[in-house]
This record gives sequence, structure tokens and C-alpha cells, in this order.
Amino acid sequence: MKKILKNDAVQSLIASLLCIILGLLIGYIVLLFINPAGAWDAILAVLKNFLKTANHARRVKLLGATLVRTAPLLMCGLSVLFAYKVGLFNIGVAGQYVAGVCASLYAALAWHWGWLPCVLFAIVAAAALGAIVGVLKAYCNVNEVISGIMLNWISLYSTNMILSKYKEEASHYTLYLSKASPKSILPGAGLDKLLGYDKVTIAIPLAVVIAIVVYIVLNRTKFGYELRATGNNKNAAKYAGMAEKRNIILTLVIAGGLAGLGGAMLYLTDIERWSVTQTSVPGMGFNGIAATFLGGLNPIGTIFSSFFIQHITDGGPNVDTTYYCAQISDLISSIIIYLCGFVLFLKTAINRGLARSDERQAAKEKEAAQAAQAPKPEDVPATEKGGEK
Amino acid sequence: MDSPYAIEMLHITKRFPGIIANDNITLQLKKGEIHALLGENGAGKSTLMSVLFGLYQAEEGIIKKDGVEVQIKDPNDANRLGIGMVHQHFKLVECFSVLDNIILGVEPTKNGFLQKKEAREKVMALSDKYGLSVNPDAIIEDITVGMQQRTEILKMLYRDNEILIFDEPTSVLTPQEIDELMQIMKNLAAEGKSILFISHKLAEIMAVADRCSVLRKGKYIGTVETRNTTMEQLSAMMVGRNVNFHVEKQPCHPGEVILDVKNMSVASKVHKKDAVKDVSFQVRAGEIVCIAGIDGNGQTELVYGLSGLEPLKSGSITLKGQDITKASIRKRSTSGMSHIPEDRHKHGLVLDYPLEYNMILQRYFEPEFTDKMGFLKRKPIREYAERLIAEYDVRSGQGPVTPARSMSGGNQQKAIIAREIDKNPDLLLAVQPTRGLDVGAIESVHKQLVAQRDAGKAVLLVSLELDEVMDVPDRILVMYEGEIVGELDPKKTTQEELGLYMAGAKRDEVKA
Ligand SMILES: Nc1ncnc2c1ncn2[C@@H]1O[C@H](COP(=O)(O)OP(=O)(O)OP(=O)(O)O)[C@@H](O)[C@H]1O
Ligand SMILES: [Mg+2]
Repeated sequence: MKKILKNDAVQSLIASLLCIILGLLIGYIVLLFINPAGAWDAILAVLKNFLKTANHARRVKLLGATLVRTAPLLMCGLSVLFAYKVGLFNIGVAGQYVAGVCASLYAALAWHWGWLPCVLFAIVAAAALGAIVGVLKAYCNVNEVISGIMLNWISLYSTNMILSKYKEEASHYTLYLSKASPKSILPGAGLDKLLGYDKVTIAIPLAVVIAIVVYIVLNRTKFGYELRATGNNKNAAKYAGMAEKRNIILTLVIAGGLAGLGGAMLYLTDIERWSVTQTSVPGMGFNGIAATFLGGLNPIGTIFSSFFIQHITDGGPNVDTTYYCAQISDLISSIIIYLCGFVLFLKTAINRGLARSDERQAAKEKEAAQAAQAPKPEDVPATEKGGEK
Repeated sequence: MDSPYAIEMLHITKRFPGIIANDNITLQLKKGEIHALLGENGAGKSTLMSVLFGLYQAEEGIIKKDGVEVQIKDPNDANRLGIGMVHQHFKLVECFSVLDNIILGVEPTKNGFLQKKEAREKVMALSDKYGLSVNPDAIIEDITVGMQQRTEILKMLYRDNEILIFDEPTSVLTPQEIDELMQIMKNLAAEGKSILFISHKLAEIMAVADRCSVLRKGKYIGTVETRNTTMEQLSAMMVGRNVNFHVEKQPCHPGEVILDVKNMSVASKVHKKDAVKDVSFQVRAGEIVCIAGIDGNGQTELVYGLSGLEPLKSGSITLKGQDITKASIRKRSTSGMSHIPEDRHKHGLVLDYPLEYNMILQRYFEPEFTDKMGFLKRKPIREYAERLIAEYDVRSGQGPVTPARSMSGGNQQKAIIAREIDKNPDLLLAVQPTRGLDVGAIESVHKQLVAQRDAGKAVLLVSLELDEVMDVPDRILVMYEGEIVGELDPKKTTQEELGLYMAGAKRDEVKA
């Protein structure tokens, strides 16, 4: 049993689950404070998300909706994770995601490109944004967090400006792709029929495949070897002749590309349209940070954590608004997401606990052994006998 | 309270994955004595001391202080019991000042405000009393290791510790600093403090310790009074055979010039003057050239310049006739330069990588370890690591998959040496290669350096160790304040003459 507990992957898993439970608990307490009457139902509603309806077809459809949004979240998570392995905190993921949205929608609405070129264009645009952060970091030693945050805003407002030409007359949303450029929509490849929801596309399996690819690149390739070495000990990486500047830039280019792909994966399904008047960077990128940590900084773990985070995010709006104001859903899911950041902390706590219990057990065994056998003859070296009083 | 022992560690057993680091070890420290702990690399010395300091919990055994059993769960417990430790790899906050590091955790406060003045007075009083000169306002990363160590000692004294643990304090010090430290330790013991002292240098143990306990492969071998023993006896107890302290070598036959340095200058990070000033020298195939000098006279920067870690300010470097002045670190490495770095934790290892990944740190990109698609070849890597581990006697708990961080200091060093020598370089830059190694391992590293030489390689050794400087090389270049002030023949010179050059009291005009 203990052996299993000492396994790193198991520990990450347990820590993640504990975080979730803790998050739910605190969320529940907050709800109790605001209005005890609906607290339990509200938490259940958040947790149930698509499970709340009894209708099977509708359930599957809602599951599909959550999956459609899980794919881009996973990409954002992978983007953060990739940079983190090199010791970089890619908070610019939010802006890179927006750049991906912008590029894919522009290519679709302005040029009526097919879906594949749209996707590639999104990747390129977001990668370029990542490159800016990388170059600033590598050559001017500008902190990637600062430049990332600045670029998030630049990216948001540029996107609003660029896409405002392609918005509906009557609203501040961009045009429906299904009307303006149907061939830009990602193909469903049968998945849409399977889940009975036309917004389900190849984006979902693609995201999972990319997570696996990221895992392989980081752990099995020369490139991953270099990146992790740089992240763990920059000086040793330099000593070993690794091209540090190139690796920093390349990492942020890839991280940007991943986030950009995420943007395309959501908006090229037509499930959502961009509001050209929005004044805050979408939460998708930031949630990606939570997904990475909840996933134990492991690409495969991030697949599941992304799904969970999207699951509760989608469950949020189901909270009964007669008891609570409309923002409560966001509050609850953000409390849980916030707690997800404590995974690493909990992991150390688990380790410490294990060490303690080892000790206690050893102490017990020792006592038992001592009781069983009369005081041992001296193992103490002969010259030292005088010491035992 | 009438126990003659300050500390007794009885039947201590501590296991790590794959290894019993301490196997039923008993150690008794008398009040007011200096007790040395001797053992090969990986014998379990640091582990035993970490148990005493509360960093690890022993699975078996008890610890008594003044005859009373005590529980030491963490360093705070140790501190409360008056136990202090200077670690093998210092634990100072790099960007804090000396004073801040000393008072860290026990800051004197009044109404929540720091009372630094009081602290400063106490620190300065201690510093005067024991001759531990430090600049309290200097930032740790800017000061020499010697001063960092004095900071660590002051940290213990500031906490009024009675039992002082020194884990390999001398391996990073210059001979002068070692003499000072020995004196300080004697003063402390005379004051009634009890000292545990780990060292691989037998002469130091003979000079300063009252008694010496020996460990071998996690087991307790015995305790002897240093008065009644010899260095030969100690080393035989430790490695189980006699160690040859003298390096056997044939006369050298220098061949073509491998490394040619012309008018090299390297800027200093700490002060405005250049750290290396207009230095020119050559190293030929089949010879060992040693750069001697007191620490901080530009040796580090010279090596940084040669290896490419720092750019040159002026001058040129030629390796096997090829100009590498501006070449990248990778280019230098693939052109036949190997580099055993001075600081194994800063440059030498990726501590969170397993041993096998550290073994390929300089060669991971070669077709032997990476296929055409860019995937690491796991089996060849494993086999390669296993071969080096066996050939160079690198000891660890789990072989190739041991995290480098968990290895003993000396075995980390041996891993680096294995990697760099096995690269089969034309020029081997060996910077203090035997730092932290046990006598047996030092003997074998010296043999390997000579073997490299005899195989027609050029070896540039940088050493602070006078015995090593006199024994290993074929030529000595003395560095003083960034310049080469003398070239000596180790067969013809004496330690005294060498000392005069190193102190800057004597100098020749040296021609390359
Ligand atoms: N935290 C750890 N986890 C796993 N193994 C460890 C750990 N610390 C030490 N070991 C193992 O225990 C053994 C003893 O290590 P220790 O550091 O005590 O040696 P040492 O006698 O101090 O050697 P050196 O002279 O090289 O410093 C080594 O084989 C080492 O690999
Ligand atoms: Mg040690």
C-alpha cells in the first residue's frame, strides 16, 4: 500500500483529487454563508453539469458541448506546461489563444479559407506572438510574465479591431461561420452524429493526440532532454553547449502555437462567436494554467484536469439564480480552480506524512524487537564501553 | 548529566532506495573533543550527520545528548538542542547579505521590527573572538567560498550551538584558509564546544582531531585515537587496502601543441580590472600542465574563457591549430575539449535528472544516443551509463536511474569525471578534479590523468591543492592577480618556492 503511495504519479493523482475536494468544500462553505437554503443544490448543479438532465440524448449532447470546450482548454494547458518545463511561466497563453481566435476567424470570414489553412494560420499567428515574448526574454532579458501580460491586452484589442469589420450589423458578435464561410468549419468526422451535436469535431481527438505528442517530445526526444535540462539548471545547460537563447524562443513559439491551435479549435466549430466589444481577455488561457497544475504538470494528467475544469465551468450556469446572483457560478468554479493550484503543496504534505508514518512503524517494530529479546550484547566498540552509563 | 559524551548516536540505521546508507552505526562524541569522521565517498558520513541534524529520520537507533535520549525530528529540534551544521554544499541565501543569512530564522525583533543593530554587534563580537573575518554587508554571491563558510560557522555560533558539525569544510578552501579553520576549530574545542569533522584529508585529521571514527560502505569500522595511529593505518581502515599517496609516472614526452593561448584577457564580474590579464601559454600533447595559485587569482575566469562560458576581452585561443576564440561551447566540445567544472552543482550536473542522463550531458546529441528522428535511444544510454558506473566506480543507490541529487558529493564528482574523460578529448580541462574525493578515488583520478597524458592527450589541470600541484603535473604555471608570474618544474622546485610565487613575492617574465 505504502509502496503505491510513494509512486510519483499516484501522489500527483491523490493531490489533485484532494484539491478538488477541498475546492468543493470551500465553495460549499461560501454558498452557506451567502444563502444556506440552496447551497447543497448549487454545488450539485455545478458538479453534475451535463448529468443533470434525465434525457439521454440531451445528456450526450451536453457532454459534447463540454468536450468541445475541453479541447481548447487542453491546448492552453499544454502551452503552459511546455513552457513551464523550460522554467518559463507562459502567462501570455491567454493572448496567444486570442491571437489564434483572431487569425482563424479572419482567415475564415475575410478570405473564406478552408478549415485546415485557417487552423495553420491560427498556429502561425499565435506562435509569432510567443516568439515576441521569447526574443524579448532571450536577448533583452525581459521577464516573460511581464511581456506576456502586456501582449495579452495588445492581442485582445487588436483582435476586437480586426474582427469588427466582420461582425453582424445588429449585434457586436462576429458572423456565423455556417452562413459566412461553411467550409471553414472543422469537420465532424462522424463524431457529431455519435454525440448528436453538430459542434463536435475532430478537434477533440486531435487535442488528445497532441497531448500525447507533447508527452513524447518532452520525455523521449533530444529536444525534450534539452528543454528540461534548461528548465532544471540553466548553467549546466549552457555548460553542455545547449543553445539557450534558441531553446527559449523555440519553446515560446511552440507554446504560442499550441494556444493558437486551441483558439482555432473552439471558434472554428461555430459554437461561440467573438464579441468585438469585450474588454477582458477570455478565461480560457488562464484556466489553462490551472489545468496544468491540477494535471500534476503532466500532459496526460492535463487531459483529465482540463475536462474536469471545463466540466465545472459549464456546470456553473446551472446554479439556481433565485437563491444566488448570476455570477455565483463563476465564483464557485473559480474557487475550485484556485484550489487546484495547491497540488504541488499537497504533494509535499503527503510525502511528509509518509515519512512520519514510516518512522512510527519503525519505532513500533523496534519496541517489539526489544521486548522480544533481552538487551542486546554490546555492538558498541570495545574502546568505547565506558560511555554507557 | 554526568555522561562524558555530548552526543551518542547508538545503532543508527538509515536506508535509502536501493542502499543502506547507515547500517547499525554507533558514534560517540566526547565533550570538548574534535572527532573526525572518515570514509570513502558514499560511505554514509553526510547521511549520519544529517540524521543528527534532523534532516533525515533514522529507521533504527537512538540519539542521546548528555546521556539522555532525545528525539530530533527536524533541524529546529537540533537547533534547540544546540546542534549546528555546516553542510557539504552550503545552504545560504545567495542574494542576502552575510548578516541577514546569519540571523535568518532567529532575527531579533522588537514590536515586530528587526533589531539589526543588536544582531550586528553580536555577530561582530563573535567574529572578533574567533577570528572569523567577514564583511556583514557583502552579498553572498559576491564573496569567496572561504567567507561563505565563515558565514556558516558564524551562523552556528550566533545560535549558541554547543555541538558543531562540519561536513567537508576544507574541500573548498585554500591551504591558508584551511590553516585558519583548523585554528578556529581548536579554539572552539578549547572553549568546550564539541566538534564533528568530516574530511577526506588525512593530514588534517591527524593535525586537528582527537579521535577518528571510520565508516566503510555504510558500516562502522572503528574508532581510533589520532595520537596512536598513522595516516597509512587510517587509509587502510577506510578503503581496506593500502593507498599510494605518491603519483607514479614516467617522464613525459610532449608532442605537438594542442592548446595555444595568446594574450588572453577576460573581464571580471566583480571588479573593474580584468580577471585574466594578457595571458599566453601552450599545452602540448602528452603533458600535464597545472595552473597553480591562490583561489581568486583569475583561474576561474581563465577556464571560463577557455571553455567558452565567458567571452574573451582580447587575445586568441587555438585548439589543434584551429582558431576557437569565438567558437561556441558546443563547437569547442566537439572539437575535442573536455571540461571538468569547478562547481559541480552549478555547471556539472542537472540534479533533477537521473544519473544516466547526466552521463550523456555532453554527448546526448550524438548518433550513439539520439536517432535520426531526434528520439533518445534509451537502451544505449542505459548501457553506456552502466559501463561508466562500473569503470569509474560511481556508487549510488539505484545505479543509472538514481536521481543525481541523492548521490553523495564525491560520487557526483566521480560521475562528472567519468563523463568528461570518457569523451576521449584531445584537451582535458580539469578544474579541481579531486575536490571532495576520498584518498582512494584521488589516487585513481590521478592515475587517469596520467593515463590521458600517456595516451598523448593534453591535460590542463587547475588546482589549489599543493600536494596535487607538486605531484601530478609536468609543468606548473603560477597565476597571481590574473597574470602568469612563473613557470616551474615540479621536479626541481619546492613547496616554499611555489608559495612565494603564489603569494606574489616572486615573479619571472614568462614566455609562452
Ligand atoms: N536523499 C537521498 N536519497 C537517496 N539516496 C541517498 C540520499 N542521500 C544519500 N543517499 C545515498 O546514501 C549513500 C551515502 O551518502 P552520503 O552522502 O552519506 O555519503 P558520504 O559519506 O557523505 O560521501 P561523500 O564523501 O561523497 O560526501 C550514497 O550512496 C547516496 O547515494
Ligand atoms: Mg558527504
